[in-house]
Amino acid sequence: MEKTRWFWVWVITSLFFRLVLIYFPENLNLGFRPEVATPLTSLRRLAEGYWLKQSSMSPYAGSMYHGSPMLLSILGPLTVKRIEGQPSHLMCSLLFVVADLVTAMLIRATGQTLQLAYSQSLRSLNLVSLLESSETLSAGDIAALVYLWNPLTIITCVGSSTSPIENLLIVLSLYGACLRIAPLAAFGWVLAMHLSLYPVILIIPVILLLGYGPDAPPRKLFLQKNSSENGNSPSCHGNYPCNEVTSQEKLPLHPFLWRPVMHFMLWASFWLFYVFVLCSISLKQHGGLLEMLKRTHGFILTMEDLSPNIGVLWYFFAEVFDFFRDFFLIVFHINILFMILPLAIRLKHRPCFLAFVYIAISSMLKSYPSVSFHSCSS
Amino acid sequence: MAFQWSVLYFLVLLQVSFTPIFAGSSGEEEFSEELLLRPLPDRKVLAHFHFESRAPPTEIYGHHHRLFPKAIYQLVQKFQIREMELSFTQGRWNYERWGGFNPITSANAKPPGVELWAILDVPPDQVDASWKNLTHTLSGLFCASINFLESSTAYSSPDWAFQPSSRSLRYGALPREAVCTENLTPWLKLLPCRDKAGLAAILDRPSIYRGFYHSQRLRLTSTEVGSEKGMESGIVLEQTLTIVLEPDAQRPNTNHLGGRVLQPSWSLRSIFGREISGRCVLAKYSTVFIEVERNLVSELKKLGRRRGVAEIASDSWTDPFFDLSVTPDKTIKEMNVTHGDSSSILYEFSTEKYLDYEPFDVGLTWKLPVVWSSPQAPFRASRFLIGSGNQRGSIAISLKSTEPGEGFMSDLAREGCTVRVDVFQVVPWYVKVYFHTLQVFVDGRHRRVTDALEKIHVSPSEDKVSPGLMEMVLRFPCSMKSATLTIEFDKGFLHIDEYPPDANQGFDIPSAVVRFPDFQASTYYLKDNSRKSALLSKFQEKNLLLSYTEILLVPLATPDFSMPYNVITITCTVFALYFGSLLNVLRRRVGEEERFLKEASMRKGMLPQLLSKLSAKLRGKYKDSPQSSSSSSSLLNPKLMFKVALVAGIAVGWHYYFE
Repeated sequence: MEKTRWFWVWVITSLFFRLVLIYFPENLNLGFRPEVATPLTSLRRLAEGYWLKQSSMSPYAGSMYHGSPMLLSILGPLTVKRIEGQPSHLMCSLLFVVADLVTAMLIRATGQTLQLAYSQSLRSLNLVSLLESSETLSAGDIAALVYLWNPLTIITCVGSSTSPIENLLIVLSLYGACLRIAPLAAFGWVLAMHLSLYPVILIIPVILLLGYGPDAPPRKLFLQKNSSENGNSPSCHGNYPCNEVTSQEKLPLHPFLWRPVMHFMLWASFWLFYVFVLCSISLKQHGGLLEMLKRTHGFILTMEDLSPNIGVLWYFFAEVFDFFRDFFLIVFHINILFMILPLAIRLKHRPCFLAFVYIAISSMLKSYPSVSFHSCSS
Repeated sequence: MAFQWSVLYFLVLLQVSFTPIFAGSSGEEEFSEELLLRPLPDRKVLAHFHFESRAPPTEIYGHHHRLFPKAIYQLVQKFQIREMELSFTQGRWNYERWGGFNPITSANAKPPGVELWAILDVPPDQVDASWKNLTHTLSGLFCASINFLESSTAYSSPDWAFQPSSRSLRYGALPREAVCTENLTPWLKLLPCRDKAGLAAILDRPSIYRGFYHSQRLRLTSTEVGSEKGMESGIVLEQTLTIVLEPDAQRPNTNHLGGRVLQPSWSLRSIFGREISGRCVLAKYSTVFIEVERNLVSELKKLGRRRGVAEIASDSWTDPFFDLSVTPDKTIKEMNVTHGDSSSILYEFSTEKYLDYEPFDVGLTWKLPVVWSSPQAPFRASRFLIGSGNQRGSIAISLKSTEPGEGFMSDLAREGCTVRVDVFQVVPWYVKVYFHTLQVFVDGRHRRVTDALEKIHVSPSEDKVSPGLMEMVLRFPCSMKSATLTIEFDKGFLHIDEYPPDANQGFDIPSAVVRFPDFQASTYYLKDNSRKSALLSKFQEKNLLLSYTEILLVPLATPDFSMPYNVITITCTVFALYFGSLLNVLRRRVGEEERFLKEASMRKGMLPQLLSKLSAKLRGKYKDSPQSSSSSSSLLNPKLMFKVALVAGIAVGWHYYFE
């Protein structure tokens, strides 16, 4: 009880801290920092896109806005609505604070689910003593507090960039997958992909989570446990298939469940269709879906904007010779895709960690990185 | 008999059909040369050359011309030009001192560098292709880098703010183009007498380029093409050269008269170093004007009244204030409609009667000191940059009222009266303007944009494709003293190949055009007799009042030009490091390796064992988690237990790392 009270105190303090920072935006000027706001996530660009749309032009006219049209219709009105005497981005910042809070709560819930699954698998391994030793504070609480008090998250939230929303969607997808709620996982995944393309690789951990459950220790452990219980030959040296007789008995502890995965696929295609329909409705006069894909995902893939950010790609593409450009674009993007399969094989029993590694890799290697994605690493 | 009749009929028909050609003077090619000199308030002299060539429509005149330059005729025919204007300018027109409210200013004060606009009478999808070819042709014709306007990032197609015109207008400007004699020579070659005779003969290059401002302009108006085919005057080529020169103070001792400084006296010889030796024989007329400005006339009148001297007489050529060295042939007075009591005076000289041995050298000698100021536009427009750093900034356009509550504004300064101001601005794509940040300050106070903005049209810039274009119609109250428009921008980053040779100098934003459509800069002159002058009829045309703002110099961040290879190498190294280390982590199983090492060390001595242990520790350091708690389990198989503990430890380590 004491612990939960402390947790809530810290959560409220972090939110208060954010609100305080939001009131001094002019001094911080975080929205202009290239580390915080990339061409994809800048709220200024979103405001410009909204202005263009209001003056009955395509929001993608000019090379200003590269986000989703749905984000435009949600956040756009908030950028122009201003309360007398307050900074203009106040409404959006409040929304981002709420998004951060929701993300933290989802992380907490995910963490609790994980811990439950973890303790279950430990119990089945007869390693209850490990459980007791790590009983200080719930992992979910710690994760949520780390997320809320992460300076990078705070900067992102205060610095008027749309990435808190993207983080929220990624975490929502993982949460849904952890609890095996296929529609929720599909919703988060589709929207996160729609907003910033790179979460598309999260489909593998999400499927693993849905299939195996949040924590599936490698079979090897069970085999070893069984073998040690049976007091079998020490000459095996961990070459686990050495006694196949006993391993056959208890092997399928965590079978892969195809049902939630199929549900996920169905729901994902449904949400994708839904998102595309909404986008094409909002962009009916301005070139439609093709234009949107060209201006959002195409912009991410082709590295058109060479303004500095914390990645290495912009400087590289500002200097590289033009006839090598396509080659290096392919190479750098393949670098992200290349590691997906080996990591998935190696870490398939810890899908959440796998998701974390994927997010970390893509946030390092993506074309317009910012600190916000590193803030996801909780 | 019938044959005779038919021949007669044919002759009559022939005569009838040929009559229009020989009937009026408009059926002939024409060339005229005129020069206007005007003393400026700040001790300088404005010389404005105006050459006009006319070619009758091709339909009735044919393709061969005696006077009209063949190059221009072919240009018009090939690119279907309806209107075109090309100007080369060096220096900036000083609107404050040299006047902003007269026909010469609004037509001839041009932004520095090259400015080109053209209305092409071709189908809309071919306009861009035609424009590109046109820029290349002009580039060759005038020895200038006009071909840089070919790229779609350099030109734009304004809708209405620049010229109230069709969709086929293209506008481009090269602010940094250096203008020199190699541009003037081809321009002069278009004249039938070149610079060998007539007024152009006094164009001494050193004295022109020593001036404070010079702008050579070429304007084409053609009715050859399009709907009005063969209706009117055919092709009109108008070549003007506007120069502001400072005459040498000839008698510095006598310049001070009664404490006030006497304006410098000058003559053609003293400012150009040459005299006019007759006219170009091909010219229909060759005239020199000396203009006494409206404000100068009123100032002289005031002075005269104070001193009790007779008023300046419009029909006499001498007066108590200045002397003209040559008797003018005629004195023309402005037909004044709106501007108070005074009207400007033109002294006209015909150069026809002057010959080589008796050259024409008109001069003006001041007798009394006089101070005046040129008429100003209602607002003086200037533009500047706000902000610092290589990342972002703001463009500000400020309008300052020139005559607070006086002059031509006074009759408009009633309640509710407004002044319309059109702003036309092109920004290159690497200046990424945020149109939603447009702010309007009137008299220093922030106003809602919608209060002042009547109409706006923007076409936002596309990276590496097209420049940003902003056309605005603003309305301000007449009583306004000053207004400022600000708009924020981000500075873009260019690819290394896109930087010009001197990248650290910065990049130029072309001038904005500020127009005042409520005002007309036309001047009407009372002409008594028939002979019309192209220059004066130009003055009487509907001249919209406009002024160009300054060119802005935006410094952009520059990459390291010398070492693209280094950047490529270091980026690839970073990627290789990442890739290698990740692969290593994935492939290696530290626990097993350690075990193998241990087994190997059993067979070796103590020291290598320690060393290998240390190295294994170092290599697999991050896996050595502090948790090694599973010690209470059965001790049946220590190796197996070690492995289980290790894996559990790794799991806990991961857990902590992960949470």
